[in-house]
Amino acid sequence: MSTAVDDAAAELVERLLGGQRAALARAITHVESGAAIARRILQAVQPGAGTARVIGFTGAPGVGKSSLINAVIREFRSRSKTVAVAAVDPSSPISGGAILGDRLRMGEHGTDDGVFIRSISSRGHLGGISATTAQVVDLMDAAGWNVVIIETVGAGQSEVEITQIADVSVVVCAPGLGDDVQAIKAGILEIADVLVVNKADQPMADETRKQLVAMLGLRRAERRNVPVLTTVATTGEGVDRLVSVVEQQCQRYPTPKRGQRPHKRLQTLIAQAAARQLQERLATSNEAMIHDLCTRVSRGELSIDSAARTLLDAVLK
Amino acid sequence: MNHPQEPTARPIKILITKIGLDGHDRGSRVVAAHLRDAGMEVVYTPPWQEINAVVKLALEEDVDVIGLSCLATDHLLVPKLMQALRDQGLAHIKVVVGGIVPDEDEALLLDAGVSRVFHPGSSLDDITQTITDLAGPAAVPDEDR
Ligand SMILES: Nc1nc2c(ncn2[C@@H]2O[C@H](COP(=O)(O)OP(=O)(O)OP(=O)(O)O)[C@@H](O)[C@H]2O)c(=O)[nH]1
Ligand SMILES: [Mg+2]
Repeated sequence: MSTAVDDAAAELVERLLGGQRAALARAITHVESGAAIARRILQAVQPGAGTARVIGFTGAPGVGKSSLINAVIREFRSRSKTVAVAAVDPSSPISGGAILGDRLRMGEHGTDDGVFIRSISSRGHLGGISATTAQVVDLMDAAGWNVVIIETVGAGQSEVEITQIADVSVVVCAPGLGDDVQAIKAGILEIADVLVVNKADQPMADETRKQLVAMLGLRRAERRNVPVLTTVATTGEGVDRLVSVVEQQCQRYPTPKRGQRPHKRLQTLIAQAAARQLQERLATSNEAMIHDLCTRVSRGELSIDSAARTLLDAVLK
Repeated sequence: MNHPQEPTARPIKILITKIGLDGHDRGSRVVAAHLRDAGMEVVYTPPWQEINAVVKLALEEDVDVIGLSCLATDHLLVPKLMQALRDQGLAHIKVVVGGIVPDEDEALLLDAGVSRVFHPGSSLDDITQTITDLAGPAAVPDEDR
């Protein structure tokens, strides 16, 4: 039986797959809102998704990610590719509000119909930044955009999650030791497919590049070949090379065909949904039982792991 | 085509921008920061936006409201923007204007579909409240997840 929600979803998806930008924009809003219709939309677009190349840009605040993406868009456009961008901005933990400023630096593409830019606030979306982002990427992919770019601020966990969504993860640093230390702290060297020292017009850029290469040399063999590039986002210097390297890295995966999408991002989406469902069930699980488990753990009668297993068994029954 | 806004759990999303030639954007920065503190998602642009760029941006970001800051005679471009929004099926987006607008021009803007004109001295709280009301009923949580 078809409901009003099903009909609305079907109509929106038809327009989205037909390339209507307003339909994509509205579908993203539904996903951001966690609305019931979002699930229907996401299910219906799946057969159309899987052909986009997905590139993640991450790095500390202010290193020039948005400026670099602006230049990368220009380069992809000159290679006749259409580009959609999902720019994730942190929101104020207090008000929940946000100033979404990334696209400020991408104004150059303000009237190009081959470019679609969407700002996303990281606030309390169901399942966290990455769940929303992965879903938004699916929508952009299904809407037919050739290249989908994700911008996230490197803040620990988030960029690791982004690597599960992106085909290629570009980690952006700026010259100077401060950023290096931050990069290492956040485990960024472990996740980068490409490392970029942006602001190469500033002093220390080459030293920073050499330091990064040296650090990679100390890593496991497969990490040692991670390319380390330099760019000046504001002039476009080094950007054609960056895009060429990224396109090369994309070749690691077979050219995707519609309906036969690679499973990496789907795996992430399913795992995230599973975690979300489990969390919901845990939140509504039997309080008396939890108190009983707490009591037994606090008395030393039960290990925390055993208590967790008991709880999981009960919840999943 | 008009796509009426469904109730959603997303905060109010507003585009704060400037069209025309005037480059004074301190006022819009202050308003943007205040709206953020009131819990809204604010997309902010530099001044001197083309009308086409504003329409494209509003469409892609699926904003509920557009706030235009207008000094000099830039507000005379607003009816053009309203028409462009309608042409793109974005008539559901509410538009408010803030700045120096002579009385006779205010009528012109309201006729063109602008929801409200804020004159110098409008309080930030009044602006916030008006935008909240315009953006429609408060976010309704969705039962079926
Ligand atoms: N000199 C120089 N400045 C740059 C370069 N790239 C970016 N900038 C400047 O660095 C500042 C920050 O740039 P953004 O592109 O906003 O950096 P971001 O990493 O996106 O910042 P967040 O999104 O806030 O984390 C801006 O003032 C840019 O103009 C560059 O290659 N050289
Ligand atoms: Mg940015």
